[in-house]
Amino acid sequence: MYANDFEYYRATSVAEAVELLVSNEGAEPMAGSHGLLPRMRTGEEAPPVLVDINGIDGLRSIEETEAGLSIGALTTHAEIARSELVQTHAPALAVAAQAVGDIQVRNGGSIGGNLAHGDPRADLPAAVLALGGSVSVTGPDGSSSIDATELFHGDFKTEVGDHEIVTAVEIPVAANTASTYVKYRNPLSGYPLIGVGTWVQTDDGGETIEAARVAATGNLVRSMRLEEVENALIGSAVDKSTIDAAVAEAAVDEELYRQDPQASAAYCNHLLAVRTAEALDTVLAIETN
Amino acid sequence: MSDAEDRSDKRVFGKAIKRNEDIPLLTGSATYTDDVMLREMVHLAIRRSDHAHATIVDIDTSEAEAMDGVIAVYTGEDVVESGVPNTIPTAWMLPGLVTPQYRMLAVDKVRHEGDGIAAVVAETPEKARDALDAIEVTYEKLEHVTDPVDAVESDVPPVHDEAADNVAFDFELGEKDVVDEAFEAADHVVSVDLRQPRIIPNAMEPRAAVADWDRGTEELRIWMTSQNPHLHRMLLSAGTLGVPENKIQVIAPEVGGGFGSKIYHYPDEAVTAWCSMQLGRPVKWKASRMEAYVTDCHGRDHTTTAEIAVNDDGTVQGVRVETYAGLGAQLSQFATATPSYLYSTILSGEYAIPAIYCRVIGAFTNTTPVDAYRGAGRAEGIYVIERLMDVAARELDMDPAEFRRRNLIPADQFPYQTAAAVIYDSGEYERAMDTALEHIGYDDLRERQKALREEGRYLGIGVGNFVESAGLSPSGLAGDLGAQAGGWESSIVRFDSTGTVTVLVGTADQGQGHRTTFAQIAAEELGVDIDAVNVVEGDTDQIPQGMGTYGSRSASVGGGAIARGARDVREKAREIAAHQLEASVEDIGFDDGEFHVVGAPDRSMHIQAVAAQAYLGHNLPEEMDPGLESTNFYDPENFTFPFGTHVAVVEIDPETGAIDLERYVAVDDCGEIINPLIVEGQVHGGIAQGIGAALYEGAVYDDDGHLTTRRMDEYAVPHATYLPDFETENTVTPSPHNPIGVKGVGESATIAAAPTIVSAVVDALEPFGVTHLDMPITPERVWRAMGGGD
Repeated sequence: MYANDFEYYRATSVAEAVELLVSNEGAEPMAGSHGLLPRMRTGEEAPPVLVDINGIDGLRSIEETEAGLSIGALTTHAEIARSELVQTHAPALAVAAQAVGDIQVRNGGSIGGNLAHGDPRADLPAAVLALGGSVSVTGPDGSSSIDATELFHGDFKTEVGDHEIVTAVEIPVAANTASTYVKYRNPLSGYPLIGVGTWVQTDDGGETIEAARVAATGNLVRSMRLEEVENALIGSAVDKSTIDAAVAEAAVDEELYRQDPQASAAYCNHLLAVRTAEALDTVLAIETN
Repeated sequence: MSDAEDRSDKRVFGKAIKRNEDIPLLTGSATYTDDVMLREMVHLAIRRSDHAHATIVDIDTSEAEAMDGVIAVYTGEDVVESGVPNTIPTAWMLPGLVTPQYRMLAVDKVRHEGDGIAAVVAETPEKARDALDAIEVTYEKLEHVTDPVDAVESDVPPVHDEAADNVAFDFELGEKDVVDEAFEAADHVVSVDLRQPRIIPNAMEPRAAVADWDRGTEELRIWMTSQNPHLHRMLLSAGTLGVPENKIQVIAPEVGGGFGSKIYHYPDEAVTAWCSMQLGRPVKWKASRMEAYVTDCHGRDHTTTAEIAVNDDGTVQGVRVETYAGLGAQLSQFATATPSYLYSTILSGEYAIPAIYCRVIGAFTNTTPVDAYRGAGRAEGIYVIERLMDVAARELDMDPAEFRRRNLIPADQFPYQTAAAVIYDSGEYERAMDTALEHIGYDDLRERQKALREEGRYLGIGVGNFVESAGLSPSGLAGDLGAQAGGWESSIVRFDSTGTVTVLVGTADQGQGHRTTFAQIAAEELGVDIDAVNVVEGDTDQIPQGMGTYGSRSASVGGGAIARGARDVREKAREIAAHQLEASVEDIGFDDGEFHVVGAPDRSMHIQAVAAQAYLGHNLPEEMDPGLESTNFYDPENFTFPFGTHVAVVEIDPETGAIDLERYVAVDDCGEIINPLIVEGQVHGGIAQGIGAALYEGAVYDDDGHLTTRRMDEYAVPHATYLPDFETENTVTPSPHNPIGVKGVGESATIAAAPTIVSAVVDALEPFGVTHLDMPITPERVWRAMGGGD
């Protein structure tokens, strides 16, 4: 298919990008464009103006900050996957980035665009939700931060405003934590049929779970936290029965799944439980079976 | 590789030569239809039905016509008024067949989502596409049906008034009474109900056409994505446009895959040509991927009840099959042949089965037309017999490989008349089966399977035997069965005056590597270097006649025509050489391109030197005409019957139902092998497509009759990463009636792979009492078969 005609601008600064978004009705920012362009070619989106932000300096780095990691919006999936900082402090994100698409997608696609695109099937949202991350955005009214839990509205809609661009993703880092991401690939699309991101924090002795975040993505209407699973973990002992109790909560309502001719909601919920168990086994380092 | 493949006596035939065609294809210099650019060329887009079944109340094209860049908008009525024949014909008649008129654009009614309604011609493809949305179509929706059984049994308004019950044909093969008796006398009767879902062909290059009508000479030149340009020339002339056949030139430049889908004469290419005739300007049309999903003929779509009669001694006594075959909304050219003769006549598989009966009800449905897709008919038939062999072995508590072996047609029984009306030309089935089972270590695998089951792990071993009727087709036999076209192939083999060789042949490559394999055949027969041979296909003005590429026919029928033509050329050259060497023809030997007088090796002449003499014409035998070329029509005396055994090993994840395909061994016997590299490539691609059907593919229509699997992220073609390394071997059992002993290999592996994979998955699930699962076997189907979701 042919994409609709559009005008193309290349911004060299965040301010210029925002200015272009403000002055062009319906304009969309483009970064790696592995999400947007395919949808333009199928006619699902038809922005009249694209603002290319790839030329903006300073948005492509992974840095340690006082609070944790700050990842520039234009950092590619491949760069995140192979970053020692990410692998050490936010393993769920490294694993999820490595699970995205294929080599070409990982070399072209970037984290800011991936999150702002709002594809409910994307891998990264489950990791960022589990890690308690947030995105920094800049718009005509200045800069602000959006917590990941507020970010994903489903159906390619996000909390990022029409005139805002994501500049960075902030991932908090703390002691005694572990995280991972487990994907069950949908053979049709290569996106996750179910992907589960998990993060836990234990006490110093590693015996009690003090905090936990579990998030799911894939065939859902939007990427989301699984609070019942988290509640079953928080304050519980690090043992098999805790995992079992948490996994028993790993299910979402049928209407939160999208239709898929090859995977019913019941099956997706089953996968969700299986993958949650796998992810928890990994982060809690418990041998099962 | 087996000893039988030693071709040390051959120079190029049988050698793994790299493909001649790859450099232009890989470097992008090759020309595909969409690369054709003509002066004044305009662009066509086709407005298609959004509904599965509806009456067209009104089409308002005024807004579209007024749009910038739009040159013309046409409806089905305009085509009717132009007075062209406007009929996409069926190419295979069956007794009692209902043949409603299949028009280039719909009038009155749309019958499936994607049915063409109106044509927009504009200055650019984008403007043509944009104008489609401006065409106002008022529909009155009708009830629809997408399933072949429902089509016959429910009382929805028929797809065509001519077929009130939606039955296009009701076909029978075999004598039901006799088969029923065999069933009554047998110790066991086992049955299986199965669905073979619709497959969407997904050729890499979507269909396209560029038509250029010359108003002065009234000649039509059309470039198109065609598997058989001569058939398209004939059907454009006699079926849709009425332009005399001798004023049509069809050119199929590089074609990027077809798998059957580019055999057929579709409305779209005819509309492209018709628009050029209206406007006197070149017109280009190119399908989008989504358009391809709803307009390229789909494959399969069978709902079947199959039964097998077996005795306690493990011998098969009979097979009885009833199939509802979905044909889609219109009869594509071979839609009738594929589920009838191509299907029923292969139901004996590799086995000696005394009694076979098959009934096929061909049903119109409100869906994209169905026609031959790689393996066409044979794939569906082999799937049925192989599923039956598995369920029967289970019933008898016999090892499925041993049960199969016990029923193989013995090697000394060929040619073998089956109970399904065909004569298998040659076969050594047990040798191929032994080779495959030994390669994979079958007995050890059964031991391992047993041990793993103790640990709660589920290994499955699938064995698939197949035979294919290839080399379509002996004209007389096909004609007796209803074919409306011949099955021969035609070649011109020509020495040029400087000693190079031009081979013109009526087959049409879409990736098979004909320029390499055909050059090998000619080079072998003529004793010249392969580089001296240029193979030309795909242009009806260069190649006068041909039947195209489908039904695993190019190597055997096209190759046969080339070999025979080359031999004619060689014999004429021998006469010239004899004349010039002043010896009698009988005393002229031929070795490595050199004619020599037997017993006097220094008196010799190379065939390329002879060619120069043939064109000089100064010193030829009396009454011999100058020139050195031969036109050959080769009509095979029988089909060829490639065969083999594939074995797959899978392990099921008991938690998720995910299927891990651990190993895949393919032993194919396609007769003589022209180029092992190309055979291996065909086998690899074929296995991948068979695995796709077994595990991933399958078109789905929703309750509104919309195709829900209409893009590549909704319909999974198998990715390379899903596939194991294939382990391939060949045995060689030449076809006794083919001029070069070849049988063909284009469809074999696709036919073999789907039943092999299903057999393996079902085998893994034996502890759960599973005897059959329908394709595509998704993880959810496996999970449910293991009791998940209960």
